[in-house]
Amino acid sequence: MNVGDRDGIKQIVDADQRGFDWFLDKAFQVIFFIGGISAIVFIFGIFTFIMREGLEFILGNFNAAEFFLSQRWMPTSRSNPTFGALALILGTASVTGLAMVVSVPFSLGAAIYIGEFATGKTRETLKVLVELLAVIPSVVWGFIGLSIMNPLIIQVFDVSVGLNVLNAGIILGLMAAPIMTTIAEDAMKAVPDTYREAAEAMGATRWQIIFKVVLPASKNGLIAAILLGIGRAFGETMAVLMATGHAINIPTSIFDSVRALTATIAAELGEAPVGSDHYGALFALGIVLFIITFLINLTADLFIRGSRDY
Amino acid sequence: MFEATDLNLRQKKIEWLIKALLSLVTLFLIVPALTILAVLIYRGSPMISVEFLFGDPTNGMTAGGIFPALAGTIWLVAVSLLVAIPLGISAAIYLSEYAPQNWLTRMINLAIINLAGVPSIVHALFGVGAFVYFFRFGTSILAASLTLAIMSLPVVIVSTLESLQAVPRAFREACWNMGATRWQTIRLVVLPNSTSGILTGIILLVPRTAGETAPIMFTGAAMFLPFLPQSVFDQTMALSLHLYTVSTQIPDVPDALPYGVALVLFALILVMNALSIGFRTYVRGKKKW
Repeated sequence: MNVGDRDGIKQIVDADQRGFDWFLDKAFQVIFFIGGISAIVFIFGIFTFIMREGLEFILGNFNAAEFFLSQRWMPTSRSNPTFGALALILGTASVTGLAMVVSVPFSLGAAIYIGEFATGKTRETLKVLVELLAVIPSVVWGFIGLSIMNPLIIQVFDVSVGLNVLNAGIILGLMAAPIMTTIAEDAMKAVPDTYREAAEAMGATRWQIIFKVVLPASKNGLIAAILLGIGRAFGETMAVLMATGHAINIPTSIFDSVRALTATIAAELGEAPVGSDHYGALFALGIVLFIITFLINLTADLFIRGSRDY
Repeated sequence: MFEATDLNLRQKKIEWLIKALLSLVTLFLIVPALTILAVLIYRGSPMISVEFLFGDPTNGMTAGGIFPALAGTIWLVAVSLLVAIPLGISAAIYLSEYAPQNWLTRMINLAIINLAGVPSIVHALFGVGAFVYFFRFGTSILAASLTLAIMSLPVVIVSTLESLQAVPRAFREACWNMGATRWQTIRLVVLPNSTSGILTGIILLVPRTAGETAPIMFTGAAMFLPFLPQSVFDQTMALSLHLYTVSTQIPDVPDALPYGVALVLFALILVMNALSIGFRTYVRGKKKW
């Protein structure tokens, strides 16, 4: 293999180092630096702009007690619009919670199988299939909830509506599974082989090695995997919009329809007049979503960094 | 000779059970994906025809084709890639070739992680607040594509960074020792040796961007607009939003129609993924270091 382009390198050697090339080098350094800090600019930009649109409402007609404790989300009521997000918060929480109950054992189990048991072709195939799960777009998942899961749930559980917490929970669980599986597998792979070899030399079986050595050593990475899965499910929009039934309701069973925070924004932003309280309230929901996902990601990052001190 | 003791046998049995259980669990994760694929192909493929792919929606979107949506998705993805690729690649080059170990680099990494975790609907809110109203792009391909570009930026950065870091450090050192500047090293050594990896990342980005719905709903995609966009300041239809529209907003849509739309969207994704896997294997075969 040629290490780069030989003629090019010869040119470099022949060229005057302090002239044009020096300035070109500096110019590109600046360009790359701008690219580098763009991520910071954008994350601040996102926060600034959703704050800017939501702030007027938050400083004006916003009532924190109502927002977090009332379940009356009636933004378009002409006489008395109320903005109680409790039912939406609980809707998101119930769906995300069920998704995790479904997804965590399966994802971690799959990660252990793919990382520690499967070998060669099986392993590659399984990884590709898990990736396949990851690339199905959220609107297609929503459509699956609507057209496949909905009749299935009605038939199997003999309930009147199949668009509910169960439906969205399963869908979200499947959507969050690939990221959890991948990150959990990475975390387990990062455990040095010397740990495994030491345990094997003591006469431990494969399962004992995994359970007593690999899992405890990769604990932080596994927690990060679960957190990122929660973040994924929590922020999901189209799938929950289509599969939850989108009814404002505090759920008492998994067969209740609910409405999620994200779905509310997606369903109502189009009809909320710009600058109105309704518009501001939707941005306030966005601020809540932004802050919660920010905290989840930050915590996950701390766990991932914590896992790297072998 | 060694004899298997009862304890050995019991442990073997337990291990076999656990392995079976775990493979079953993995299977449970895989089966839904394959089932979905099968159902989409089974129920969607009767819809696929030349008229469906290249026709306009008719009869209040209950019949006809999806061409405006297909074309719109191509516009959106192309414009967003035009922005995300240069920005993402330069960010990755900065992180890989220049960034010192300091608080700023740590901040950049944190920002990338958080940008990747921001819910898509929050990106949509940002797009509305920033591009549609503040910068006055209106609801247009430009506003929607910029929103998509910011969403895909972390993906470009992470995948590019991986390929850049796969180039051995000795390659760079050899070049520096010849008296090359950093930029010359990047242009002549680092980039030529990581092009394939960067390309793979970009190929994988296409279906992800094409599948996004929430970020474009309010920034540039229209539910029904049977014209092809003429410039980036026009609104457009998009495949992903079209699937949402025909499956939830329009009454009396024939059952097969949304399956057809979903299948086209999914086929696009599968083709791009297969392409990138093929490309990756081909490149891996050629790599000599």
